[in-house]
Amino acid sequence: MDELTNIFVRSIFIDNMVFAYFLGMCSYLAVSRTVSTANGLGIAVVFVLGFTVPVNFLIQNYFLADGAMVWLGENFANVDLSFLSFILFIAVIAAMVQLVEMIIEKFVPALYSSLGIFLPLIAVNCAILGGSLFMQEREYANIAQATSFGLGSGVGFYLAIVGIAAIREKIRYSNVPGPLRGLGITFIVTGLMGIAFMSFMGIAL
Amino acid sequence: MSKSERDPLFSGKNMKLLSTPLNDENPITVQVLGICSALAVTTMLEPAVVLAVAVVAVMGIANVIISLLRNTIPNRIRIIVQLVVIASLVILVDQVLKAFLYDVSRQLSVFVGLIITNCIIMGRLEAFALSNKPWPAFLDGLGNAAGYGWILIVVAFFREFLGSGNLWGYPVMETLGVYNFGYQDNGFMILPPMALITVGVIIWVQRTRNRKLIENQ
Repeated sequence: MDELTNIFVRSIFIDNMVFAYFLGMCSYLAVSRTVSTANGLGIAVVFVLGFTVPVNFLIQNYFLADGAMVWLGENFANVDLSFLSFILFIAVIAAMVQLVEMIIEKFVPALYSSLGIFLPLIAVNCAILGGSLFMQEREYANIAQATSFGLGSGVGFYLAIVGIAAIREKIRYSNVPGPLRGLGITFIVTGLMGIAFMSFMGIAL
Repeated sequence: MSKSERDPLFSGKNMKLLSTPLNDENPITVQVLGICSALAVTTMLEPAVVLAVAVVAVMGIANVIISLLRNTIPNRIRIIVQLVVIASLVILVDQVLKAFLYDVSRQLSVFVGLIITNCIIMGRLEAFALSNKPWPAFLDGLGNAAGYGWILIVVAFFREFLGSGNLWGYPVMETLGVYNFGYQDNGFMILPPMALITVGVIIWVQRTRNRKLIENQ
């Protein structure tokens, strides 16, 4: 249990998707003009990361990794399909986004209508594919750890995008130098937020 | 597009496709695409150059393939077709890197795979390659990838030079002997937040020189 909390907290604060790896920057910059839309996209990312990382974990460990297909019989013990991981992961993500969309539409219609266009769009959000690729690279021991990593990364992205959206709403009233207005100042503010998040470095639970 | 058939290969219009993404329509500083991978690999010059070359290759070829297929792809499934084309090319690039540049491939880690979701590539396929002939699409791909690449290389240059005093792994600052005068490397440049601030400063400089890019709020 400690291990799970540790992974969860690490992936929110220390290995934050946005501040430490710059993943999902495109939607982070494009959708952070107001807090309400940022909120919608953040929730959608938490959902999708929480679903796709465990599913890709199973695919990685039962099909792709070196010798993972040994459960099919002795002949498969030497099969290494890990070069297929990119194309399979992206297919799983595209499919899971559709599935999550249908589930939310059926059971939580209010959330569905507030997410709107963002749900289908996150199929091409690099934070989602990045989550699966980091899961593959870090070799988590079991599915619970992978899930807690996926959810933690999603929550980290959520915190980051809502934070920058709040700052951008306020910064509109400031007198920013012309050439820095808009994109430039957003980059610099994100950098400053990243420095703040770095103070969590080295924390282990 | 019947007019462009008479265009010579390097007509002014075609060269414009190649040159506007370098400045006026730069993918990173103006269109805000493909930032994700642009920042994380820029602590050193070598991986940044390798990634830039990889993106140029994937993007040029993907644009040509999609442009050749543009009349046969059904509109409803075009996204998945584009993803499959890009993913296959990225697998090729990844295998080539693993075979010939293993160390750099380790440093780039997941960011080779993330070329797939690099929004510049998807964006240009959607916006340009789907409605244009292969040759202009190829030039557009090269231009945008180069516009992405030069930002990557400039950021990496400053981060490696100021952060560790090296360039391409060669200890420039040590050779110059500036450490004897009390100079110290700014280790902060290596850390992730400084990549964002460096890009912010590049945008600042670019928009100061090119004032029509300034945003009104």
